[in-house]
Amino acid sequence: MQVRAQNIIKRFDGGPGNAALDDVSLDVGSGELVALLGPSGSGKTTLLRVIAGLEQANSGQVFFGDEDASQKSVQERRVGFVFQNYALFKHMTIAENIAFGLEVRTRGTRPPKAEIKRRVLELLDLVQLSGLDKRRPAQLSGGQRQRVALARALAVEPKVLLLDEPFGALDAKVRRDLRRWLREIHDRTGHTTIFVTHDQDEALELADRVAVLSKGKIEQIGTPDDIYDHPATPFVHDFIGEASSLPVVARDGSFWLGAERIGLPVLGGQAGQGRLFVRPQDVVFDQAGGIPAEVVAVRRTGAARRAEIAFPALGGERVEINAPAALNFQPGETLPVRFMRGTFYPG
Amino acid sequence: MSEIILDRQHAPDLGLAAKARAKIRTRRATPVTQDGPWLRAILVTLAAAFLLFFLVLPLVAVFYEALRGGIATYFAALTEPDALSAIQLTLTVAAIAVPMNVLFGIAAAWAIAKFDFKGKSFLVTLIDLPFSVSPVVAGLIYVLLFGAQGLFGPFLQAHHIQVIFAIPGIVLATVFVTFPYVARELIPLMESQGTLDEEVALTLGASGWTTFWRVTLPNIKWALLYGVLLCNARAMGEFGAVSVVSGHIRGYTNTMPLHVEILYNEYNIQAAFAVASLLALLALVTLATKTLLEIYFGENLGGKARRQ
Repeated sequence: MQVRAQNIIKRFDGGPGNAALDDVSLDVGSGELVALLGPSGSGKTTLLRVIAGLEQANSGQVFFGDEDASQKSVQERRVGFVFQNYALFKHMTIAENIAFGLEVRTRGTRPPKAEIKRRVLELLDLVQLSGLDKRRPAQLSGGQRQRVALARALAVEPKVLLLDEPFGALDAKVRRDLRRWLREIHDRTGHTTIFVTHDQDEALELADRVAVLSKGKIEQIGTPDDIYDHPATPFVHDFIGEASSLPVVARDGSFWLGAERIGLPVLGGQAGQGRLFVRPQDVVFDQAGGIPAEVVAVRRTGAARRAEIAFPALGGERVEINAPAALNFQPGETLPVRFMRGTFYPG
Repeated sequence: MSEIILDRQHAPDLGLAAKARAKIRTRRATPVTQDGPWLRAILVTLAAAFLLFFLVLPLVAVFYEALRGGIATYFAALTEPDALSAIQLTLTVAAIAVPMNVLFGIAAAWAIAKFDFKGKSFLVTLIDLPFSVSPVVAGLIYVLLFGAQGLFGPFLQAHHIQVIFAIPGIVLATVFVTFPYVARELIPLMESQGTLDEEVALTLGASGWTTFWRVTLPNIKWALLYGVLLCNARAMGEFGAVSVVSGHIRGYTNTMPLHVEILYNEYNIQAAFAVASLLALLALVTLATKTLLEIYFGENLGGKARRQ
């Protein structure tokens, strides 16, 4: 089932101030797994809730397939929604939780008891929790509860699956396992899936496409490779992966860092002032005729060593780059560096 | 044994270390937040003495006085027609007022805890109003509204509807006075539970009504029962407001508390205490049930959520 959100505007205070969603459009293809990624307050959860019908947009439409679902109630939209904190019904067993969506159907559409039971066991099997049907939610671990929550959402045979920070409340190890597991489930069941996360690793690893949101707008939408390698805006470049930026001037086919010329070609006739974004691996120490930079600090981050460098011509602006373990230097030294890559954003 | 021999040289050292450790242990046994044993003993004695004089003794006195003339007189006082009628009226009023307040209370708590709307804090204040208004004033309000000289008096008289000095008045006064109990018990619990469970139920296709019965109600049932108990105890024991609107017509508009007062004023002490002992018994049963509820379902009760 294809899902389309069109020109969604959502304001919480009702006034014309900052909108939680500011004219957002999103197309999700049938069977696609899309991540909504952004910092807190970027509107990603609001967008998910608008698609689910848990929030009413001030304007804009939501389509499921060719059908306009904007005016439909939550119940009519038939979405599977998984909440961050599992939200299992505490007073019901695991089996009763999963069966809930089927049990509450009206008499005509409700499957017979035996059928419901069969479905429940089948779903428990799918989420690898067979044999736990008689337990209560309190007797399960966080990861198990979240899997029950997913089984419960899948029980109603939803048209789309919406997950709001599904692994947000779990610890790092369980998160990684569940991530892989969710991908498998998705590939097996083929549901159109949208999930919200603030964890870029999760989004890049899991999703077919990633939509990066900031301040109620979609900054960029594309494949994980696209997003990482060709960030469309300074925000995306800054938010995804590590990056630092420098004020540069594009002039005469070259970028200039003050009076120093950076050996990177200017593409597509760009000119004027702007910022050059570089990742830590984009700038290297090079004895042979680089731009002189002062090493301000050296840090250890996991396997790599990082050097914070400053350019005398620019005052306080600093850039973080990878430092080879073999290279011996101290903070305060001035070493020449060379720019291998960079992304320029005018303005 | 061999260890002791080996360590003989260091034995004094070890003894000191053990003593030091013991000292640390005794010091740790009295945490910083706990006062000394004397102060504790004094405070406990004070509290116990207070409870004994002001709660236990009066309670014992009630039953003592009630049974002083023997069991036969006791039951005679309870089965006398006026007493029976008072008991029946009290039960009737509670049977009407408590279900009404359960409905109002759930509706109010639901609205306040699950929705945001203008004037919410004003509504919360209104719910607390019966707590702050003297019951006598509450009774007078209804006399002023529905009495013969009252606002709706002429209308009611023209239609031969008797409110004041009749059962409807007593029910109204009781409902007013006992209104906050259920709502007050539910609001903090429902607020702490939020709307997440309800949202889940909706996304799973449940209607609002189904959601209420299958998700909301099970989440609040123990707190609700607790609220009903308190509400019922107050409804049966209410004196002030009922006294103003009832008119004290024996065998007709006398509730148990009013009956006790009348008997007492007639110097029929033993009968007064006999009826009073029934009310005291009700209080004890309520207290016991409430304690049992707290022991078994403590974490699901509103009072607990409020304390968190």
